[in-house]
Amino acid sequence: MRNPYLPLPMRIERVVVETDDRNIKTFSLSFFHEEDEANFTYIPGQFAELSVLGEGEAPFGMASSPTQPGRLEFTVSKAGVVTTALHNMEPGEIIGIRGPLGNGYPIETFKGKNIVIIGGGFGFSTLRALTNYMLDSHHRNSFGDISIFYGARSPGLLLYKDELQEWGRRKDLGLYLTVDRGDNGWKGRVGVVPAIAKEVAPSAENAYALVCGPPIMIKFTLPVVHELGFPPERVLLSMEMKMKCGLGMCGRCNIGHKYVCRDGPVFTLAQLNQLPQEY
Amino acid sequence: MKPKILKKRDSARFLDKLLREYEVFAPVKREDLVVFGRIHSGKEAFLDYMNSKMPPKEMLFPQLEILFTYTSIDDPSKIETPPSAGKPRLLFGTRPCDARNSLLLDKVFDGEQYKDTYYRDRRAPLVVVGIGCIQPCPTCFCTSVGGGPFSREGLDILLIDIGDDYVAQVVSDRGKKLLERRGLEDAGADKLSLVKKVIRDAEASMTSEVKIDGLAEKLAEIYDDPIWGLLTEKCLNCGVCTYLCPTCHCFDIVDEARDSGGKRIRIWDTCQFPLFTLQASGANPRPTNKERLRQRFMHKFKYFLDNYGQIGCVGCGRCVRECPVNVDIRQVLTVLSNRLEVAP
Repeated sequence: MRNPYLPLPMRIERVVVETDDRNIKTFSLSFFHEEDEANFTYIPGQFAELSVLGEGEAPFGMASSPTQPGRLEFTVSKAGVVTTALHNMEPGEIIGIRGPLGNGYPIETFKGKNIVIIGGGFGFSTLRALTNYMLDSHHRNSFGDISIFYGARSPGLLLYKDELQEWGRRKDLGLYLTVDRGDNGWKGRVGVVPAIAKEVAPSAENAYALVCGPPIMIKFTLPVVHELGFPPERVLLSMEMKMKCGLGMCGRCNIGHKYVCRDGPVFTLAQLNQLPQEY
Repeated sequence: MKPKILKKRDSARFLDKLLREYEVFAPVKREDLVVFGRIHSGKEAFLDYMNSKMPPKEMLFPQLEILFTYTSIDDPSKIETPPSAGKPRLLFGTRPCDARNSLLLDKVFDGEQYKDTYYRDRRAPLVVVGIGCIQPCPTCFCTSVGGGPFSREGLDILLIDIGDDYVAQVVSDRGKKLLERRGLEDAGADKLSLVKKVIRDAEASMTSEVKIDGLAEKLAEIYDDPIWGLLTEKCLNCGVCTYLCPTCHCFDIVDEARDSGGKRIRIWDTCQFPLFTLQASGANPRPTNKERLRQRFMHKFKYFLDNYGQIGCVGCGRCVRECPVNVDIRQVLTVLSNRLEVAP
């Protein structure tokens, strides 16, 4: 039986500084052992525990899509002990990984549906994974219209800038980028994400709304998706809580009786409405 | 297998024989406390006790456990897990409430989706011999939460104290194997009728009763009730209730490293401390004493039930005995229940 606490070794292949405050970096990792890679099958929305030996481990959603073989990416915001240690690491260095963990997005139920993605700030990483999954040439026809609302406080804080440009050129995707405050070079929208979503007003017909971002964004986005006509069963949120084990045992990431690590991190709004508002 | 007689004056010798085959853990006196510890001679076991200060939970879930060690902090391929135990372990003289607890911990650590290998490695070979409670403590309320002073759940053998002897009842095949060929005589009709009497007397002497029926549904209704604020007023959030609780299973995982190596350990943690849920961003979903006290009650009497079909309490009463400000779980549950009855 596999010991779920043992991290597998991975090599850092590439580190991309995502934001102009240099506080968010994306790490591309490769497995040491082929069998580890073969066993690591995941879906967008799942997460893994990254280990820096001597410092500890912390959970991060996979920012890459399983449709991009040989590429396992995590976007890490420098905030605590482990993330700071990660930020100090360079390509060639070795870290550990445990996972995949959590439920991920219910992709099967999205088939044939229109998808409205609403993301803010750093919470966009697993939505990016999902977007790349749906845009993959083998999968794109399985989904209806895809609209993406994504914002950050300033243009320099938007993640995945090259990819956003690529997506902007695609005809099979509606991309609505916004920033809270523009700068001299910014020609796009200015305004908070929920306001832009309300203005563009994507149809809720046959559609799912996927929301991930800072609590303040979620607070103002949920009334908007409600107004747009999305029933709580078709609004999905990816939740974040302090985690340790990732296995539903260590007892700290619960919202009511649901463990975010084991039963989530993706919940429908209908599910969350049944739980205490303790998050 | 018929119940056997283990004479009290032979029990040390009986344990000495078991020590040849097992690492034996039994209640022992440390200063003025009774705790579970490894014994090397049958005489060390102190079986005439009410209950141990700490539950023997550490047999399955140690307060500190090494998950793995590493000789180089740069290379996770040089990770080693601790060697597994030598002789099989025997827990002797545990109380039925604490034995029942292992069934609850199984739900957490040996669940459908994830298996905790460290826990399973300790749990699977463990042989458990319990002693029924002929004299339950005034703080005990096992009968309210599905147990009893002679509950057999989680045991391989149950000993019943009938004065000069223990009557040993076999509960499992493993218990049967342990008792076979030990030269113990069968308990006669006179002894068995004594067993019935001590059980009846003990059950009649249970003074505490807590209403558990319907509590979970009611807890859901009063989640936002101001009563939690009132209940919190005297709670210090010291965490002793969770530290002593057999069913509490929360833990932290940390690395301890020196220059060129170290270890990853897990240690007991408690929902009563603010750091437990504090996120690196500074957000904390349980920021005050109130949310943390509520979490303790909700977890045991609602969330655990929702997840695993049983409440997360065995009624040992340790939290009642040791709380420095007399937060009595029985009273709190009663207050919560009554609160609901008068609420519109």
